[in-house]
Amino acid sequence: MTPQLELRHLAIGFADRLILSDIGLVLRKGQIGCLIGPSASGKTTLLRTIAGFETPLSGQVLIHGRVVSRPDWCLAPERRQVGMVFQDFALFPNLTVEGNIAFGLRGDQRIHERVLGLLKLIGLTEVASVYPHELSGGQQQRVALARAIAPRPEILLLDEPFSSIDPEFREQLAREVQNILRQEGITAMFVTHNQYEAFLLADEIGVIGEGRLLQWDSGYNLYHRPVNRFVANFIGRGVFLSGRVIDGQSIETALGVVRGPIPNGCKGGCLVDLLVRPDDVVTGPDGGTKARVVDKVFQGPTFEYTLALEDGPKLLCIAPSHLDYRIDESLRIRLDAKHLIVFPKEPPFVTLSHPPDVR
Amino acid sequence: MADPQVTKSIAIQPYPWWSRLPYWRGSMVLLAAFLGLPLLTILGFSLQPAGDVWRHLQETVLAEYVRNSLLLALGVGAGTLVIGVCAAWLTSLCEFPGRRFMQWALLLPLAMPAYIIAYTYCGMLDFSGPVQTALREAFSWSNGGYWFPQLRSLGGAIAMLSLVLYPYVYMLARAAFLEQSVCVLEVSRTLGRGPWRSFFSVALPLARPAVVVGVSLVLMETLADYGTVKYFGLSTFTTGIFRTWFGHGDAAAAAQLSAVMMVFVFLLIMLERVSRRQAAYHHTSGRYKALPRYRLAGMRAALALAACLLPIALGFVIPAGQLLVWAAGTVAMLDASFLDLVLNSLMLAGIASGLTSIMALFLAYSRRANGSRLLNGALHVASLGYAIPGTVIAVGVMIPFAWLDNTLDAWLRQNFGISSGLLLSGTLASLLFAYVVRFVAIALHSVEAGLGKIRPSMDEAARSLGKRPWEVLSLVHVPVISSTLLSAGLLVFVDVLKELPATLVLRPFNFNTLAVRAFELASDERLMDSASAAIAIVAVAILPVIILSRSISRARPGHDAPT
Repeated sequence: MTPQLELRHLAIGFADRLILSDIGLVLRKGQIGCLIGPSASGKTTLLRTIAGFETPLSGQVLIHGRVVSRPDWCLAPERRQVGMVFQDFALFPNLTVEGNIAFGLRGDQRIHERVLGLLKLIGLTEVASVYPHELSGGQQQRVALARAIAPRPEILLLDEPFSSIDPEFREQLAREVQNILRQEGITAMFVTHNQYEAFLLADEIGVIGEGRLLQWDSGYNLYHRPVNRFVANFIGRGVFLSGRVIDGQSIETALGVVRGPIPNGCKGGCLVDLLVRPDDVVTGPDGGTKARVVDKVFQGPTFEYTLALEDGPKLLCIAPSHLDYRIDESLRIRLDAKHLIVFPKEPPFVTLSHPPDVR
Repeated sequence: MADPQVTKSIAIQPYPWWSRLPYWRGSMVLLAAFLGLPLLTILGFSLQPAGDVWRHLQETVLAEYVRNSLLLALGVGAGTLVIGVCAAWLTSLCEFPGRRFMQWALLLPLAMPAYIIAYTYCGMLDFSGPVQTALREAFSWSNGGYWFPQLRSLGGAIAMLSLVLYPYVYMLARAAFLEQSVCVLEVSRTLGRGPWRSFFSVALPLARPAVVVGVSLVLMETLADYGTVKYFGLSTFTTGIFRTWFGHGDAAAAAQLSAVMMVFVFLLIMLERVSRRQAAYHHTSGRYKALPRYRLAGMRAALALAACLLPIALGFVIPAGQLLVWAAGTVAMLDASFLDLVLNSLMLAGIASGLTSIMALFLAYSRRANGSRLLNGALHVASLGYAIPGTVIAVGVMIPFAWLDNTLDAWLRQNFGISSGLLLSGTLASLLFAYVVRFVAIALHSVEAGLGKIRPSMDEAARSLGKRPWEVLSLVHVPVISSTLLSAGLLVFVDVLKELPATLVLRPFNFNTLAVRAFELASDERLMDSASAAIAIVAVAILPVIILSRSISRARPGHDAPT
């Protein structure tokens, strides 16, 4: 099946500054993708390149198998059938909700049916003839979404769609948006810096950092199989624990000897860092390593403990909230992880002081 | 790959095609610089060696001009400050019966030109006027055997100008009070300060920059006033410039006097700019909650009501009523010449507002499309016009235009033996140019505010919804801009209609407008005859006040005013 969206070796930036290079990803019909990364990492510029507002420096953008962006020419944004929801919604202040949704539709009386259907879908039939400035942020957001999907675009792009929504409504609104996208069978790509939004909405998530697309994968894999230290740090929480490789399979750490994948094919003696997620640490009455409770945060169903090992390193630990330890209490902990995440001791990544030549 | 649907250039061009024409930027800079011509002329003259007339002025009347202008400015500043801030505070932070009505009615005096209210009150308070006649009859005073305040004095001028100019302070102070987050007031209360102390230690200091902006606008208008001080026989800068120009026939000295006056104007402009910047900093919070107003009842509500009613009555209702009575008495004498006046005024105001709005639109788009430093600088100079008194602009237009006319005429005579006569000076062209210079800042301000509502993302949203660039312009820009363009045009229209000094100087021979005629008749003490022209001006001037008051009552902080 032809992918709905494909990026091939895409590099973007401005004449004097490279922002992202060698971006490659595939989004199939009906899938929801997400680009996530620190602020100013180039996520939005990438989205705007897909929409046709920016020209790539190298590489290609393909929509439904057709090249729409190359360094030497681009299809005009209005001819790409790409819908976009802007961070500030960009609703037209001079048009009503109905007028905004109908803006991209052409043709006959079917327009009215389509608008009515969308109004029902977003649950805003009663404000059809109201002007945007009278709507709440969440309502404006849904109108912007309806306006963008009205012409049934090949792909829908959403730029930080929930950033201006009050946090307590974000999750609910994100679920609603997901429902709408699934009902309409829309392929969508959105940009966020909030990983929980990404986990909630997306089938495929791309982590952008250091000028590259570091990993394009499911949320589960990003969390449990990060390809490098940056992704490991960016997704989820965790602490790096130093270790020393004993042989091809096991590593000696402050939590004892653990078995895991050894980076760089090291046979023994190399220093490594082991990523310990808070949910990998289990407390128990006996066995394991001695640790002391330094800090605790009640989170409802769980406690998050900060534990100090005897020789100094600190770990995070998520425990069910019936396990209520006192601060300074000593307990026994052990590592319970299906697979270990290990990186060489020295940061393996080099900062992009010499960006690859793109011409 | 010659796909016909593929366009090479996809860089988003949210600006109309003409803004990318060759020479477009250059011509916009030239246009903006051209609008600064009068100001530059005056500044140029201030560097020239002083002539005899100037030395004479300096020795005799200059000190009086400065003294009178400063006292007038001080008095009007204080008067508008008190009236404006009190009215703003009462209508925005207190609740009393009639508050909603007051909050827009307080703007009404804005429709009353100062020279009109001045001679209306003179007529009413004259020895033979209704007030003194009634007093004499009531108390059977003898003619001349009692004291009555003399309106034709500095104090009288201060009162007249304060009554019609306070709405500037009122509007800005009111907006500042409403924009303050209720939180800062509540923080002050929780820290142990009572409502009164909170007002003086938090609300008023926060509103101060806005109030200063209002007062500086008032002072600009005060300095620019010609009609009132002329009618009252006070010697100020504006009347002095007139006298030097027409009495002594010395353009250079008039220009130098204007230059001295501009020193004060520039001080005011600086004050205004600095305060506007501070006002932006003093914006405390993006989160708004409707202000809980102090409920006034009984005696206090009655006092608040009276405090608001007084400026409305004195500044609008009473003089407008008197004008109506006078006009009703002379309505039978209206003839074709009055119709001519009306047509002249409407035509002049119409053309001037059209020209000004279109220029403002072009300039605003150019700044948005490619705001070079040069264009920005030129626009800054061009938009100083709102602060420059009409008298000064008239001098600044007259001198270069007369020079151009004379030069052209001399050249044509020499080479072709024909005379071009006066092409610019003494024709409507110079008058229209002066209007554009004086009022382009008002139009530019509205148009830029309107353009600011069209965020770049709206252009992109329209493009991604399948609209071509020209469709973006016609479907998004034109509808959003047109309403602000209309209101900008209306503001300029009314200002041109009310404008007096520049019109007096620059109008072609025997060309009269409503404002000029009303002023001339009043100067000849034919008050009754002048009333119909005056009432016509006030009637039209009410239009923008109504629009302004509608937006004031609908716009709430935290929500944009409806477009």
